[in-house]
Amino acid sequence: MRVYLDHAATTPLDEEVLQKMMPYFTEKFGNTHSQHSYGKETAIAVDKARKQVADALNCSPNEIYFTGSGTESDNWAIKGAAFARRDKGKHIIVSAIEHHAIINSAKWLSNNGFDVTYLPVDKYGVIKLDELKKAIRPDTVLVSVMLANNEVGTIEPIKEVVEICHAKGILVHSDCVQAVGAVEIDLKDLGVDLASVSAHKFYGPKGVGALYIKNGIKIDKLIVGGGQERMQRGGTTNTPAIVGMGEAIEKAVREMQKNNAYIKELRDYFVKRVTEEIHYVTYNGHPTDRLPSNANFSFEFIEGEGILMLLDLGGVAVSSGSACSSGTLDPSHVLLAMGVDIVLAHGSLRFSFGKHNTKEEIDYTVDLLKKTVERLRKMSPLFTLKEGEIKNV
Amino acid sequence: MYNQKVLDAFANPKNVGVIENADGEGMVGNPTCGDIMKITLKIDNDIITDAKFQTYGCTAAIATSSTATEMIKGKSVDEAMKLTNSEVVEYLEGLPPQKIHCSVLAEEAIKKAIENYREKKKAK
Repeated sequence: MRVYLDHAATTPLDEEVLQKMMPYFTEKFGNTHSQHSYGKETAIAVDKARKQVADALNCSPNEIYFTGSGTESDNWAIKGAAFARRDKGKHIIVSAIEHHAIINSAKWLSNNGFDVTYLPVDKYGVIKLDELKKAIRPDTVLVSVMLANNEVGTIEPIKEVVEICHAKGILVHSDCVQAVGAVEIDLKDLGVDLASVSAHKFYGPKGVGALYIKNGIKIDKLIVGGGQERMQRGGTTNTPAIVGMGEAIEKAVREMQKNNAYIKELRDYFVKRVTEEIHYVTYNGHPTDRLPSNANFSFEFIEGEGILMLLDLGGVAVSSGSACSSGTLDPSHVLLAMGVDIVLAHGSLRFSFGKHNTKEEIDYTVDLLKKTVERLRKMSPLFTLKEGEIKNV
Repeated sequence: MYNQKVLDAFANPKNVGVIENADGEGMVGNPTCGDIMKITLKIDNDIITDAKFQTYGCTAAIATSSTATEMIKGKSVDEAMKLTNSEVVEYLEGLPPQKIHCSVLAEEAIKKAIENYREKKKAK
């Protein structure tokens, strides 16, 4: 059996979405900027997609700019906003649990004359609003906090962030990449100035994202070139991907309630079985207030990448927050920021569920996980030490 | 990212466990780094007759532990002292570059176990 439980990494392209994209690879191949009919038919398709994205997020189509990825949207938002406002100040604040697209954009800014404050979070991964108030300085120009975290699924209080920041004239960006199709996103109601989304997280194609820039907000360009995206983002329009993004977001929002109810039931069943049937596990993140698709566990005495590989050999695909899977020496910065013990963080796994998963797959996964954890613990000197302790009590 | 040989060594590791009343024992690593390895050796007249390992660590750490214990069985302690992590990596037909450091642990644990054996021998 092959079981895909890594939907937070990427999702399969929806078959209906693919069919809508197909003509734009071949017969409708025109450049959206061309004056002739070939260009016109693709420009119309991109306009439609822009409206679909805007409708799904409750904003105006002229506030949506297509990009090449969520990462590009994040880079553009952070760097573009900071540089556009650098005469007002050179301080930005980002949460400590942001995606690397934000963390590394902030680092880049700190290497280029800006000051960065990393906002701490509580044990559930929720940012501390009082710390935000304390961190704000007269020269703060931008705050970026994600709507939902990619590793533990924690939902952040963005409306409160906006309230605090706007009272001081500070721009707010939110990385909404994990949230589309999982929680309702009403950008007007949220009040953020900038927001990033990415199509492949909601059964759309890879290689396309969007940045929402609220009307009236000006940020510097990241990619300069031709006059695409209303002069704001150069590069020939990726029409098939954009068409796919429009169709995918429309479907994701239309089916959100139905999909979420189903996915949450699977996730809750999985969490129940794991916590009841495997000893020495910690459920990371908020017990209830999290993305319906996310479960994140730490397994004591063993290392996450080893579990991941054995699960993979058994057909189950998950993701690990261990250092050994990231190629760095430190495990997940998100878990560490939440105060999870570093050894536990090394033994963490993320399971993210999707609309195609079944209860049979969950049962198969839990059974395999139980065997895998037991097998690796038998090999682990830490577990032997622990067992010795128990015997000696 | 791992080749089949590494995956096989990891999925079907040899010599897992602890030798009771071992002649040499070495434990290296640190849980905060995500790697701990314990090697126990049975040694007769300076020849390693049995080797077992316990490893807390990633795929590469487990695969190299298994391979290294296989490689030193039947060797003299002097020969085993010369085993390097690159020989273990070579035997496994390579590891991803960021995983090479995991293979150092096996070499260090074996050296520590042999040193432990030599100290015990001296004390006798």
